[in-house]
Amino acid sequence: MDVKPVVFHKAVFAHGGSGGGGAAGPADEALYEIRRKIYPRAVTGWFARWRVTIVILTQLAFYGTAWLQWNGRQALLFDLAARKFYIFGLVFWPQDFIYLTALLVVSALSLFLFTAVAGRLWCGYACPQTVYTEIFMWIERRIEGDRTARMRLDRERGLRRLRLKAAKHALWIGLSLWTGFTFVGYFTPIRQLSAEVVALSLGPWESFWLLFYGFATYGNAGWMREQVCKYMCPYARFQSAMFDPDTLIVTYDRARGEPRGGRSRASDPRGLGLGDCVDCGICVQVCPTGIDIRDGLQYECIGCAACIDGCNQVMKKMNYAPGLIRYSTENALAHGWNVRQMLARVLRPRVLVYSGILALVVVAAGASLSLRQPVKVDVIRDRAGLARRAEDGSLENVYRLQIMNASERALKVSIAVRGDHELRDLRIETPSTLEVAPTTTRPVPVRVAARPEDDESGAEHIEFVITAVPAGGSAEDAYVLHEKSSFYVPKRR
Amino acid sequence: MSDFTSSFWSFYIAVITLASIAGCAVLLASMSRKHVTTDPDKTGHVWDGDLEEYNNPLPRWWMWLFYITIAFSVAYLWFYPGLGTWAGAWKWTSSGAYDQESAAAERDLAPMYDKFSKLSVEQLAADPQALALGQRLFLNKCAQCHASDGGGSAGFPNLTDKDWLFGGDPASIEKTILDGRNGVMPPFGPVIGEQGAKDVAHYVRSLSGLTADDLRVVRGKDLFARNCVACHGSDAHGNPALGAPNLTDKIWLFAGDEPTVIETVTKGRSSVMPAHRDSLGEARVHVLAGYVYSLSHPAGK
Repeated sequence: MDVKPVVFHKAVFAHGGSGGGGAAGPADEALYEIRRKIYPRAVTGWFARWRVTIVILTQLAFYGTAWLQWNGRQALLFDLAARKFYIFGLVFWPQDFIYLTALLVVSALSLFLFTAVAGRLWCGYACPQTVYTEIFMWIERRIEGDRTARMRLDRERGLRRLRLKAAKHALWIGLSLWTGFTFVGYFTPIRQLSAEVVALSLGPWESFWLLFYGFATYGNAGWMREQVCKYMCPYARFQSAMFDPDTLIVTYDRARGEPRGGRSRASDPRGLGLGDCVDCGICVQVCPTGIDIRDGLQYECIGCAACIDGCNQVMKKMNYAPGLIRYSTENALAHGWNVRQMLARVLRPRVLVYSGILALVVVAAGASLSLRQPVKVDVIRDRAGLARRAEDGSLENVYRLQIMNASERALKVSIAVRGDHELRDLRIETPSTLEVAPTTTRPVPVRVAARPEDDESGAEHIEFVITAVPAGGSAEDAYVLHEKSSFYVPKRR
Repeated sequence: MSDFTSSFWSFYIAVITLASIAGCAVLLASMSRKHVTTDPDKTGHVWDGDLEEYNNPLPRWWMWLFYITIAFSVAYLWFYPGLGTWAGAWKWTSSGAYDQESAAAERDLAPMYDKFSKLSVEQLAADPQALALGQRLFLNKCAQCHASDGGGSAGFPNLTDKDWLFGGDPASIEKTILDGRNGVMPPFGPVIGEQGAKDVAHYVRSLSGLTADDLRVVRGKDLFARNCVACHGSDAHGNPALGAPNLTDKIWLFAGDEPTVIETVTKGRSSVMPAHRDSLGEARVHVLAGYVYSLSHPAGK
């Protein structure tokens, strides 16, 4: 895309400003402003290429992973009704929520880490709001044309405008519905969902969520766009708490650029008393949130670096060095550091602490996950009848063992009981070998009998030893669990 | 139906709610314009000498969202209850919602229970799916008294043995669960006296082959023939029609040691098995009967 350095009058810029529409006179102004539509100019460059790459990668992952299969079922499936969460070879149950917690902690720490290093990387490159807005705006550009064409179209009336707008919205709605469909497809198997869509037999909740998420995509990416970043997202507001003077941010080199002004390519700017900024306004035109980065870092700036790409193209045309707008830090500008000195500050205490804690949590979560046993047992004593005497004089206590098989192979389970020597003849009277089907829970009533040595009443410690051999496995693959419980000896009457 | 004694409160709530919603709209409309002072960007208030506040405009769609919520709340309060005792145009109640969900669940389960209702109790006792279902019903409803393994405890019958108070055939078991049972042993203390009760106790123990004093057994036998055979039968084998236990096996509902038997004879007993016809329904009770039957008739026997 060819960028001609032209001087634009500031008033033409699409800028959010105070006192829009409906001013009733000098004494009274409307407190709410009508939104001015922003027409970002298309931009190419190093950072733009990175953004497009990430858009493609994230959307490939989102739209594609839902269709992957594993062991005859969907690879990534969150079955809310059955409370089972399938992530490739792993099956998570609600008891495994600690791993979700770990994932969230890791996400938060990563966010703090890369925000401290290089600012709003999430916002500008990976946030779904940015990603979907970019996709929708790409569609808009293909149908309605570039920035000037779009601005002209919005001033038109007539059939051509209707046709183009209808085509654009049709594509937007189609993509939104596909997005909603894919989203629901992570909760109901997507192949089954697609069959239901074709047969028009979607359930009420699936329809609702598909349309809801589709509508949210259409509304946020098609209509709201930067309004989400400016007014709805809390990240914009607390970014300043995560930055420090060594954070890399999109910076306009004021010292180098000012005073700004147009000049011919052949002239010497310093001789004219001008800085490098030719006041072309490209940085403002490409900005998706409609700010002027030359005013300094603002909360609206999502760190997409479109202005960097735009300005660098102009600098190239003018045969000036690139980087009039570049990633720099507050300290680097204040002290006049070069790039090496600036990057040396990346490994500072804040970054090292975040990295250290992050590494710790990742290692701990990873270790815990690899050591995780997909078999769990809970022992629940019968409470109504604490103990009873059998015909032969033994004492009996009854328990309920809840055996949870979170793996996808059937288990052959055997139950044994161990206790103190005071409980002579400790044994299990009910059948103690059983099968537990894959991804099921089975309650097992267990009757434990014993002959206590003396008449002392009280609770004796016992331990259940549960051995579970997965189907098709040998004794070495067995999971062995130990669960403690008590055996009650009642007072003799 | 209101819990309040006066209908004033319903009216009070409705008025306050509607007035608040109207008030929100008025607040929004009246505050939509700002009075411009010397500096249009600031509110004009100054604290501590130089602390001022910006007055940046909000986007207009924000205000429209606010109006939409007001419109939504009016519509919501028309259709759903919220204004005092006004039931709402759709007359929604949480118990009504529950009934609907229960009915839908019953419809979903109907095919499975229809299949089971056609099988006999003995067949259910051999069907793995019916047994799994019956076990969960048992653990949910019956295990509190009869223990998780069905073995009971003092005062609650052991369902895993062959001794039945009210009959052990499938039909009787099902009737027991459906309509409950009432087992009443009258107190005989006032009738036969303390020594008499001890004699009877010894005789009864001897019937099960337990240790007993010979003299007391003789006296007890006589007392038994005059007082106890009406319910327990002349052979002491019990009477399922009355729920009178068989006294000749070694199985005791309340323990067979001497003090306990004396207590039973002297003070009598009253045991209740609750009815489950209304809480479970016939289909579920039928499956449950199959499971209970299987406890004393394990498969593959």
